[in-house]
Amino acid sequence: MVVSTGSAGAAGARIGVITFPGTLDDRDALRAIRLAGATPVPLWHADADLHDVDAVVIPGGFSYGDYLRAGAISRFAAAMTSVADAANGGLPVLGICNGFQILTEAHLLPGSMVKNDHLHFICREQTLVVENNTTAWTTAYDAGQRITVPLKNQDGQYVADERTLDELEAEGRVVFRYEGWNPNGSRRNIAGITNERGNVVGLMPHPEHAVEPGFGPDSAQGARSGTDGLGFFASVLSTLVAA
Amino acid sequence: MSASAVRPTLDTVENAAATPDEVQPYAELGLKPDEYQRIRDILGRRPTAAELAMYSVMWSEHCSYKSSKVHLKKFGERVTDEMKQNLLVGIGENAGVVDIGDGWAVTFKVESHNHPSFVEPYQGAATGVGGIVRDIISMGARPVAVMDQLRFGAVDHPDTARVVHGVVSGVGGYGNSLGLPNIGGELVFDGSYQGNPLVNALCVGVLRHEDIHLANASGIGNQVILFGARTGGDGIGGASILASETFEDGVPAKRPSVQVGDPFMEKVLIECCLELFAAGVVEGIQDLGAAGISCATSELASNGDGGMHVFLDDVLLRDPSLNAGEILMSESQERMMAVVTPARYDEFVAICRKWDVEFSVVGEVNDSGRLTIDHHGQRIVDVDPRTVAHEGPTYHRPYARPAWQDALVAASSSSLPRPTTADELRATALRLLASPNLASKAWVTDQYDRFVQGNTALAQPDDGGVIRVDESTNLGVALATDANGRYAKLDPRTGAQLALAEAYRNVAVSGATPMAVTDCLNFGSPENPDSMWQLVEAIEGLADACQTLGVPVTGGNVSLYNETGAPGLVDSAIHPTPVVGVLGVLPDVREAVPSGWRSEGLSVVLLGTTLDELDGSAWADVEHQHLGGVPPRVDLAAEKALASVLIGARAAGAVAAHDLSEGGLIQALLESSLRYGVGVRASVAGVSERDGVSTFAALFSETTARALVAVEPSRVADLLAAAASAGVPALEIGTTGGDAVVVDDVTIALGEAREAHTGTLPKLFA
Repeated sequence: MVVSTGSAGAAGARIGVITFPGTLDDRDALRAIRLAGATPVPLWHADADLHDVDAVVIPGGFSYGDYLRAGAISRFAAAMTSVADAANGGLPVLGICNGFQILTEAHLLPGSMVKNDHLHFICREQTLVVENNTTAWTTAYDAGQRITVPLKNQDGQYVADERTLDELEAEGRVVFRYEGWNPNGSRRNIAGITNERGNVVGLMPHPEHAVEPGFGPDSAQGARSGTDGLGFFASVLSTLVAA
Repeated sequence: MSASAVRPTLDTVENAAATPDEVQPYAELGLKPDEYQRIRDILGRRPTAAELAMYSVMWSEHCSYKSSKVHLKKFGERVTDEMKQNLLVGIGENAGVVDIGDGWAVTFKVESHNHPSFVEPYQGAATGVGGIVRDIISMGARPVAVMDQLRFGAVDHPDTARVVHGVVSGVGGYGNSLGLPNIGGELVFDGSYQGNPLVNALCVGVLRHEDIHLANASGIGNQVILFGARTGGDGIGGASILASETFEDGVPAKRPSVQVGDPFMEKVLIECCLELFAAGVVEGIQDLGAAGISCATSELASNGDGGMHVFLDDVLLRDPSLNAGEILMSESQERMMAVVTPARYDEFVAICRKWDVEFSVVGEVNDSGRLTIDHHGQRIVDVDPRTVAHEGPTYHRPYARPAWQDALVAASSSSLPRPTTADELRATALRLLASPNLASKAWVTDQYDRFVQGNTALAQPDDGGVIRVDESTNLGVALATDANGRYAKLDPRTGAQLALAEAYRNVAVSGATPMAVTDCLNFGSPENPDSMWQLVEAIEGLADACQTLGVPVTGGNVSLYNETGAPGLVDSAIHPTPVVGVLGVLPDVREAVPSGWRSEGLSVVLLGTTLDELDGSAWADVEHQHLGGVPPRVDLAAEKALASVLIGARAAGAVAAHDLSEGGLIQALLESSLRYGVGVRASVAGVSERDGVSTFAALFSETTARALVAVEPSRVADLLAAAASAGVPALEIGTTGGDAVVVDDVTIALGEAREAHTGTLPKLFA
C-alpha cells in the first residue's frame, strides 16, 4: 500500500465530517483526514450547506441513540438530503458504522444492519480482505490485501435479500469481507459495500481508529501501531486529484 | 392540575406553623426521632412535607456521609503543602482537579452504584456510569475515559449470571453510547458479594486550568436553569411514602425506585455543557444525582453567597401528577442545573436549542440567605440551605475490632498442603490461570469500546489505562484502580494500604509518575461496630499511606450498608473493599510501557524481594477455599523505590513491565507471555536462594513491591544499575522466546495456557 500525503492536490482537498446528535467518532474522523494531509471540515446535521467539500465522511456513533432503528432518524437530516443529491452527482461519501447504517436508511446503499447474532456489543481488532480496490475510498489498497482496523458495534450484522447479495457479488460491489471469523453474523461475511458508481462506500469497522502509531490496533510494527485505515483517506485524495 | 386534585391541600410553611402536632412519616423516610427533632429545632416549627422530603434525602447516609464524615477528615488532614502543589481543586467539590502541566488539568473520581445494581443490574450500572460522568462535566471538563470496578457473588451461585449480564451490558450500553473509551477496571467474584454486588465506576476528564467550574450560585438576580431530561417519577424511593396517603406495609411502591438511564440524552447534554462552558455563559453548575433538585438547589445556594428562590411549577415534568416532595426528590437522570446571568441568557438558550436540549428557568439567586420554594403560588419550603446541604447530623458510631478477627488472623495458610513436584506446580499454575478472578477478562472488556476518541495508548489487559491529553505534545495520564477485599478482611488497615500500593505500582509500571488518588470505600453497615471498625481502620491506613507516598486523596465516595447477613458474624457483610484509584502523568503517552513482550531474546528482570506470603492469596482461595492469616506486608518505602525505577525504566531500555500481584510471579510470567504470544524461559533458583523461599513461594507468593521488566540484553546492566542505586533488589531471571512459559522444570505451552486463561468467562456466562 502506498499512502500518498501532502501532494498539492491533496492538501487543498476539503473533506467534511457530519455531526448528528449522538455521533461519537466525528473528532476521530476529522483527525484522520488531517493526518492524511487534507483539510477537515466539520459539518452539522441541521445545515443543508455542505460548505463546498470535496468528499464527505458520515462517522460512527449512536445518532439519536439508535432509537427506532440505527440511522432511521438521522437520514432525514437536512445535511443528508444534500449528501444524497451530491452522492448521486458523484461526490465521494464514506459511511463508517453508524454512518453505514445511515447510508442504508437513506437508500444510498442496499441492505441493512441488524443486531449482532451473539447479541453483545463487540470491540475487537478486525482483519478485513479488500475485495474491490477501485472505489473512491480503496484505490490505495491492493485487491485481496488484508488490513486490520478496529470493529465496535452492537447492530453490525449486515443483511439483504438473496437477490441483492447475488447482485452485489456479481457486480463486485462487496468492498470488504471479514477474514477469519465473522464477528456479527453478517451475510456472506460482508463488512462493507459500495454503490454502482463506486463513490459511496459503507462499512461497519472503523478505519479512522487505525491512522496514528501508538493509538491504533496492534501491527507487525509494534503494539497499537496499525495505520491500515489511512489508505481510505489516501485513496479519496488521489481520486480527487485524478478527477 | 391533577396533583392538587388528588391531594386536598398543599402543606405550606404557614400550614406547618399552624399544625405543629401533625404526625409526619419521618421514620419511613429514614430519619431517626432525634434527627426529626433537630429539623424542628432548626426551623422553629415542624417541616412541611416538601421540607421533610429534602432533609430526609440530604441527611441520608448516601448524601451526608454522616457516619463516615468524622473519619474522612483524616484524608484532608494528611495532605501536606507539598502534596497540594499540584492540586487545583481538592476534596469536597464534585471531583478533585490535578495540574498535569502545560496549562492542562485532569479531574477524576470513582463512585459506587451498588444497591441499585443488585435490584436492577442493567439500569443500576448504566446510571452509575451516567452519574460519575456528570460529576466530571460539572467541573468544566470533557470526559475522556471511564473504568469500571465490578464485584459479583460466586460464579456458581444461581443468581450471579443475572447480575453479571445486566451490569456488564449496562456499563457497556451506557458508556459505549457516550463515546468514552473504557480503559480498564476490575472484575472479582466472591461469595461475600452475593447479595451485595459492587458496581463502581470511574471517570476522568480533561480541561484547561482556566475552565474549572464550581458548584455555587452567586450574583443576585442570576437565573437558575434546569436543563436536560425532564423530571419524572423514577428513582424516588422513599418519597413514594409522601405520595401515598394510604401507605401500608407490604404494598409495593407505585414507581420504580431505580433510575432509568438515557445515554443519548447524556451524550447530547455533555456536548451542550461543553459548548456552554466554551462560550463562558455559565456562572455555576451542578449535576443532578442523588436527591435531585433538593441536592442541586441546596448545594448551589449553600456554596453561594446569597439565597435562592425556586418556582417549582416551572420544572418541566415527564409526569404531571408528581407532588412537590416527589419533584424535589426525583432522581431522574441526565439533568443539570446552571446559574446564568440575565445578560447571557439568550446565548444559553441558543446553545440549548442547537442541541435540542430542553430547559426552564426554575429560580433566581437573591440575597435572602434562604432557600425558598413556591408551588402553586404558595410557599412550601423556607430553609437555610446550609442546614440541608452541609449541616446534617454527624455520628461518632461505635466501632470495635470484631470478636471473630483474632480467630481469622490465627487461621494461617501455613498448614495447607503445598505443591512441590514440577507436575503439581504446573497443574496449580494452570488452575489459578483459569480461575474466574485470574482468567482473561476479555469476555467483559470486548463489550466495551476502547478506541473511541483516538487517544487510548494503553487499555486492558495492561496494568493501567493510558490516555493522551494533548495531541500536539502527547502529554497524557495513566490510571489504575485496585482493591483486594480478601486482604482487607484479614486486616482492613493493611488492606487499604495494599490497594493504594498496587494502584500506585500499576501506574508506575506504565512509566507514569503517580500524582493523586480517588477512592470508593465499599463497606458493611455503619451501625454494625464490626463493619464500622473496618471502615475506620481502612480510612486511617489509606490516609497514612497517601501521605507517605505523597499522593493526595482528591475525592471519592463511600458506600455503606453492603451487608445482608445477621450482625456479629464473620460473614455478616461484604469483604471490606476500599477501591483505590491512582492517577499518574506521562510526558509522552506513546512511550507507555505495555504489560507483555512482543519479541524474543529480551532479558526478563525481577525487581523486588520475595517473601513467603500466601495468606489471603489467590492460591489459598482457588486451591483451598481458604481465607485466614495476615495479608502481605506493606512496604511503602520499597514501593516508592520500585516506582522510581519503573518510571525511569523506559529510558533504561524497558520494553515491557508487569506488576506482580494476585497469583504471584508465575501468573505474571504467563500474562506477559500471553499478551502477544511470545513465551519465556526462566529460573527462580536465584530468587529462592537469595530470598530464602521455596520454589512454590517464589512462584505463587503475593509479596508486594515487585514487578517484572523486559529489556534488550544490552540494556540489562543499565536497569540493574538503576535498581541498585534506588535500593531495589533486581535479578535477571530469564529470556523471552518460544511458545511456552518454562520455569526451571515446569513447562506450560502457550496454547494450553491461552485456552485455560480465555475459556473461563465465556464458559460461565456467554
